[in-house]
Amino acid sequence: MNQSFDPEQNYEQSRKAIGYVGRKEATQADYDRIGFMSGLEVHQQLLTARKLFCRCPAGKFNSHDDFDAEIVRHMRPTLSELGEYDGTALMEFKTRKNIIYRIKNETACTYDVDDTPPFPIDPVALNIALEVSVLNKMNIVGEVHITRKQYLDGSIPGGFQRTAIIGVGGKIQLKNKTINLIQLSIEEDSSREISDVGHLRIYKTDRLGMPLIETVTHPEFINPDEVKEAADYIRFLNRSTGKVRTGIGSTRADVNVSCRGGTRVEIKGVAHTKWMPELTHNECFRQWALVHIIKLLKEKAGDEKKWKMNSVKINPEEFNFSYEPLQDAKKNKQEIIAIHLPGFRGILSHFTQPKQMFADEISTRLKVIACIEKPNIIHSEDLVKHISDKESENISKLLSCKKEDAWIVLWGPIEDIPTAIETVEERCRMAFNCIPNETRKALTDGGTTIFERVLPGADRMYPDTDSAPIPLKNEHIEAIRKQIPIDIFDRIQQLKAWNIPQGNYTYILKKNLVPLIEKINDELKISPRFTGTFLGHAMKFVENNFDTTDDFSYERIYDLFKFLKERKMDLNIARKMLIEYYQHPKLDFDSVLTYIKFKPVSPKEIKEKIPFLKEKFKQIKFSKKPEVDGKWIMGQVSSIALGNMNLAELKSEVT
Amino acid sequence: MSEDIFQGYKGKALDVLKKYTARVWAAVDVDTTRGLFQGTILPRAENTDDEHIVLKIITGYNIGVDTNTITDIRETGYKKANYQIPEKQFPVTKGLPYVKLFGTGGTIASRLDYRTGAVIPAFSPGELYGAVPELADICNLDTEKIFAVFSENMGPKQYIALAHAIVKEIRNGIDGIVIGHGTDTLQHTAAVLSYMVQNSPVPIILVGSQRSSDRPSSDAALNLMHAMFTAGTSDIAEVLVCMFGPTSDEYGLLHRGTRVRKMHSSYRSTFRTIGDTPVARVTRKSIIPIKEEYNHRRKDKNVEIYPFFSEKATMLYYYPGMKPDVMFAMINAGYKGIIIVGTGLGHVNKELYPAIVKAKEEGVTVFMVVQTIWGYVHMFVYDTGRDMMAKGVVPLGNMLPETAYIKLGWVLGQTEDPAKVKEMMLQPICSDITEREPYNGYLVLQGGVPEVEDFIRKVHK
Repeated sequence: MNQSFDPEQNYEQSRKAIGYVGRKEATQADYDRIGFMSGLEVHQQLLTARKLFCRCPAGKFNSHDDFDAEIVRHMRPTLSELGEYDGTALMEFKTRKNIIYRIKNETACTYDVDDTPPFPIDPVALNIALEVSVLNKMNIVGEVHITRKQYLDGSIPGGFQRTAIIGVGGKIQLKNKTINLIQLSIEEDSSREISDVGHLRIYKTDRLGMPLIETVTHPEFINPDEVKEAADYIRFLNRSTGKVRTGIGSTRADVNVSCRGGTRVEIKGVAHTKWMPELTHNECFRQWALVHIIKLLKEKAGDEKKWKMNSVKINPEEFNFSYEPLQDAKKNKQEIIAIHLPGFRGILSHFTQPKQMFADEISTRLKVIACIEKPNIIHSEDLVKHISDKESENISKLLSCKKEDAWIVLWGPIEDIPTAIETVEERCRMAFNCIPNETRKALTDGGTTIFERVLPGADRMYPDTDSAPIPLKNEHIEAIRKQIPIDIFDRIQQLKAWNIPQGNYTYILKKNLVPLIEKINDELKISPRFTGTFLGHAMKFVENNFDTTDDFSYERIYDLFKFLKERKMDLNIARKMLIEYYQHPKLDFDSVLTYIKFKPVSPKEIKEKIPFLKEKFKQIKFSKKPEVDGKWIMGQVSSIALGNMNLAELKSEVT
Repeated sequence: MSEDIFQGYKGKALDVLKKYTARVWAAVDVDTTRGLFQGTILPRAENTDDEHIVLKIITGYNIGVDTNTITDIRETGYKKANYQIPEKQFPVTKGLPYVKLFGTGGTIASRLDYRTGAVIPAFSPGELYGAVPELADICNLDTEKIFAVFSENMGPKQYIALAHAIVKEIRNGIDGIVIGHGTDTLQHTAAVLSYMVQNSPVPIILVGSQRSSDRPSSDAALNLMHAMFTAGTSDIAEVLVCMFGPTSDEYGLLHRGTRVRKMHSSYRSTFRTIGDTPVARVTRKSIIPIKEEYNHRRKDKNVEIYPFFSEKATMLYYYPGMKPDVMFAMINAGYKGIIIVGTGLGHVNKELYPAIVKAKEEGVTVFMVVQTIWGYVHMFVYDTGRDMMAKGVVPLGNMLPETAYIKLGWVLGQTEDPAKVKEMMLQPICSDITEREPYNGYLVLQGGVPEVEDFIRKVHK
């Protein structure tokens, strides 16, 4: 092998080669270039007293060490009803994990640990899910079928989650585009992981079985900002019902990302929407890097079918490893294996994400699939050298590595080695022609991810033979429809169509003022843009600065406008009147006019004052700027003109 | 033909499918007043209403579409599901014992059925191997499906057929027998085999599962592994039930066929030896005897078979205030033996006496076992007990009620002579009546008590 190879330089070069840019520098052109595509699955806990399929209390949590009993389970893959094994299922089985559940009597019963069949679904939860589905404009199913969704990671003791579709289709409206929804399901929450080391994973069961809804969007986001915007929107919509849980962990999203030529990769359990842009950005570029690796391997290593990896057991006595993990491996009588990767030079240290390279993909899979804790490999392209050059060379020789090749040394308990070697081969073979379908876990740096599991497919769904289907009658749905909060999507559409400036939206939606704007438009022919702006500015200002009595209601704005319309007065005086009227809602409008010292003057009379004022300004001229004269004149006449004529019209006369 | 196309659909739903010529397994677009639904039409479970059509949508979920809302259905494709575990040829490994697996149906060998929406017995034992390849490391396996019935449908006919099949295999020199069985009546079959197949030179292991094998956390695989291992290698040549010890995936327990009982409707660790300890504990690697005395494995093939069972045995679960007419009815119906499951030490009220007297007159033998499940019948303690014995009621020691019923059926299959029936019933077979109850034969832990809570926290229940 060529000793002059510089992995650091290769890492940098490969980063440049794929055109990686930081998130802050990235533009839509960058995302278009790499074909950014993303979709969301937003999980939202519902505010119910009980869990979804048993009578345990929901929302009571305990610390890791506070438990009454432990149970051990193993998960085996089973066939789906369509007769196929699921990919994740097989992978999880390879790992042969001992899964321990810590149970607290107060929060988990024999249902939670799969020793008792389910009780009927919690009706409160079902109705909340229906309400949100209706809000999302979904097609509500005729019959709810409880389905089992396999989870072999052990997060659910039965090995499957009970879940059901409430609605399909539907849409949400972002600032600049509509996002289509795929479905909304109701489901049980999973156990919380306490630890996962080697072949032992420990969960606690307090959260297990709590009701959740999951809103799934189509993959229609074309940049990271849209992902966050939609996640916020969905969260906001869920919360608008007032029937969902808030706080840490109550809303979690799985974010699906792919690049052009990439594949759907799911970043699981993102708890904060603010992390989404960075995570999706980096995931998309990671896939873009893997696409680049496919191209490189085709050039360097040739046909994947002819590619052959070989592994050799290393006798630690023949090497003098100073690297501590290797010394430990020797001490613990673990097996040490050297693997020859023909044509992989420059691939192991290829950039994938900030601070991660291709070799990390292998290392993380070894941890997850073969249960070998990190650090679990060294390789020919480590940025930090763990073994001497001489030993590197010896490994190269042992494997008969050529210049264009690479090697990996891995170690671990003897019984895990066959799976470990298989895992390395599997990942390397995939590098030739695909981006692996997988779920990934966000690291705490808030921007990068690591392999979590193989992405499960639709094959892991089974009908739940323990539950009968639940019919949803039209009357039931209509009853729910009557109680839903303002349809945000529709309202925003309408406000837009009316051309009301966006700054007023929040106020108008919060106060449910769209019907009022509509009424004023229909009956008084006053433009919604005027009314909307009047409400969003004048009304809000008055509310924030003055006190009123119970007699005031927003309907009075209609009365006020009607009064002005009938008197054929200019509407701009309404703002001044409102300040007075808001504080004294019992006053009639004529009295309000008196209070604000309004005098009726004809527009003709007002206009006649202009030539005089122009002359006057020439005498007292205090500024050379040309526009000042107009402003001064307007200042003189507008107080008289307000309510008597249109001020814009007056202004055109003045200038 | 129409059966195949519209599996399980009836009434309105069937009419709708016919109207739009949509088949089961067709990919369809369904227009409804609630919007568009897309998916594959699945068969409909039989005992459900006729107002919904079941679709599997692209994300893998099933939904029901209300037929009253459907305005159009368009077929866009067709894909019939093929639910099958690849049936693999079980490899032959030199040096491993030969075990015969009999399939009888039940949860351990089951799959989903769309018509009933439930789990039905349908996996062939060969398919089971496809699902649990580890079995190949334990033994050489030959499998035979002798019938596929729900556990509750097992009866005399099946008992006798099973006994014959087992004996045939033993005489052919098999190293061990495993019987896959539904758990509801596992204890009855275990008891009947204890009587019908005696002096077996090899283990006869009954195994089931409490969680069907279509779910990842099923106990089926581990139970099967434990059972195969026991059948192939254990020294205990008896009829044993092999099921989970704790609810955790840790070890199995081997229970004597006459002393075992299902004690929880859904727990994995539902089977318990009553009034004694289990015979042994089994893991995937070892069998740890608990009892010192048991029948040892032998090299001969001298098994005895008594394939008899009469349906003239019955059982009466006593309750306070019971009228004798219930028992008169049994006598009049021609039953030749009655097991009374009495209160406490084995009591019924005096109102039943005329019926007991009548029974004796009619040559119907009446036996007494206890509702307490644990403990012996003891009819000398109170007058009522002594009265009843005088009237011919025979106490059956600590025989379990279900075992007593099975034994009575087996005995009546051989003789109806009351003296002979009584004699045979009281002759202990396979510990159905034991001479003594060990101090740890009765164990029901009481939750909430500090030492029990402490135990549960430390030991996997």
